Amino acid sequence: MSENKPYPVISSNNCKACLRCVSACKRDCLILGEEINNGGYQFVKYSGDGCTGCGDCYYTCPEPLAIEVHIPKRNRAKKN
Amino acid sequence: MSENNQNERIIKKAKSLNDSFPRKGNDIYNTHYCAGCGHGILHKLITEVMDELEIQDRCVMISPVGCSVFAYYYFNCGNVQTAHGRAPAVATGISRAEDNAIVMSYQGDGDLASIGLNETLQAANRGEKIAVFFVNNTVYGMTGGQMAPTTLVGERTVTCQNGRDPNYAGYPLHMCELIDNLKAPVFIERVSLANPKLIRKAKIAVKKALTIQKEGKGYSFIEVLSPCPTNIRRDVKGVEDFLINEMGKEFPVKRFRDLSSEREPVERNVSDFSTETLDKVFGVDRSKEVVTDEEDFDDCRIKIVGFGGQGVLSTGLTVAQAACSEGREVSWYPSYGPEQRGGTSNCSVPIASKTIGSPVAEECDVLIAMNKPSLEKYAHEVVENGTILYDSQAGNYTADNLDVKEGVQVISIPARDIATEIGNARAMNTAILGALMELGKDSPILSQEAFKNGIRETFAAKPKLIDVNIDVLETGAKWLRENI
Repeated sequence: MSENKPYPVISSNNCKACLRCVSACKRDCLILGEEINNGGYQFVKYSGDGCTGCGDCYYTCPEPLAIEVHIPKRNRAKKN
Repeated sequence: MSENNQNERIIKKAKSLNDSFPRKGNDIYNTHYCAGCGHGILHKLITEVMDELEIQDRCVMISPVGCSVFAYYYFNCGNVQTAHGRAPAVATGISRAEDNAIVMSYQGDGDLASIGLNETLQAANRGEKIAVFFVNNTVYGMTGGQMAPTTLVGERTVTCQNGRDPNYAGYPLHMCELIDNLKAPVFIERVSLANPKLIRKAKIAVKKALTIQKEGKGYSFIEVLSPCPTNIRRDVKGVEDFLINEMGKEFPVKRFRDLSSEREPVERNVSDFSTETLDKVFGVDRSKEVVTDEEDFDDCRIKIVGFGGQGVLSTGLTVAQAACSEGREVSWYPSYGPEQRGGTSNCSVPIASKTIGSPVAEECDVLIAMNKPSLEKYAHEVVENGTILYDSQAGNYTADNLDVKEGVQVISIPARDIATEIGNARAMNTAILGALMELGKDSPILSQEAFKNGIRETFAAKPKLIDVNIDVLETGAKWLRENI
């Protein structure tokens, strides 16, 4: 993952595979994996590219601890 | 919730939402909700707003009966879990007792729109200072997806398998529209959790509702159209379609009312729970010495039984007040049927020198029976060498024709006659108390003065009856002295 790009962090054991985030992601960058987690569900993974940090996946996810979205701050020098 | 550090901003769980959800089992980092349930989404929104408004330590969540019955696993704030549909009543109490509290009730459609409909409308009409989150998923989710008041016409559930028929089950209830007919509510909005765009709009409404609470302006009501994939039996796209195109048509998502800018904060009297005030209310005199732990006091369990309306419960209260005035430990535990008059009633009054563990007396030392059926029913509960006092009109009973333990003394008292003679037949229970007072004259359970104090206390609201009852009390005692 590039340092300057936003990315989601998905906690595999907190996913229940409801697919709301997969359906919500405008960039289609979330996918349902094949592996099974401790809860007995397949879980969602980040494809590794395309996240814009919109936070839609976080907001639509019913599990409070399943998704975090990390958004790097813009470089100050660049901004000015 | 956003969290900043030097290099990045993180959108994550709010601080007001617990870090783990300990309960039975080991799965304490996941909610107990089904996959795709709307509750988790709304929990996140509410806790985010609690963080943003910095109101976490003022918040009290009222959780309902339904899937969200365990809301206290998740919300890191005060919580009361109430009986089905009773959240508005409990919320009213808390909001009025603790004016600084921000009270939220979180209820489903079965809870709020069915069993709790009346209380919901009444609380809204009073303009209570509460924020109501009404989670509408069109079914009774927790119990397995039965038809709810909000089930759509034609929607299939396990209890309307051909779809809801309005000729049989009526039409879906529109709660926002109903509440919008009332004057008091400040804010009414219906939101949806169908997709991220609508979820963000929902958050704005949640923030508005809680801001109104923070400012103490009154009632806010938010209806949340929420997915229940388990009972709707659809996949993720199907649920979104259901929320937008089916529920959304019946329950339009819109802001019905926002009077927050024109309403002033509601001022209520400040509750005073200071010791001094409570002492005054309950008539506690702290200068009086409290008698504790007297070795020579024998504990005594008294049970009073009879028909409703015979003064069974008030007799018990008189004894309890008498014991209080002597500084004894005492409790009064009534048991009665739904009838105002008639029906049986009884009460247990244990008197002790030490703290009473259970207020219920399964056995008793003294039984006071006001009528025949009660006497026959409860006689066997009297311990060995105990005493039964009963009104003579019940019949002629002795230890021989009653089911009693060894050594039980059975005393028939012409209580009604004594009371009638003095002028008030209804004071017959006091005549029996007089006998009780005399009964323990060698080692009195309570002093004569205590019994009189008990009567003064019981009839404090009807002072005319105090002297008559004290007369009857003494005559009852005199009768026992002369006849037994």
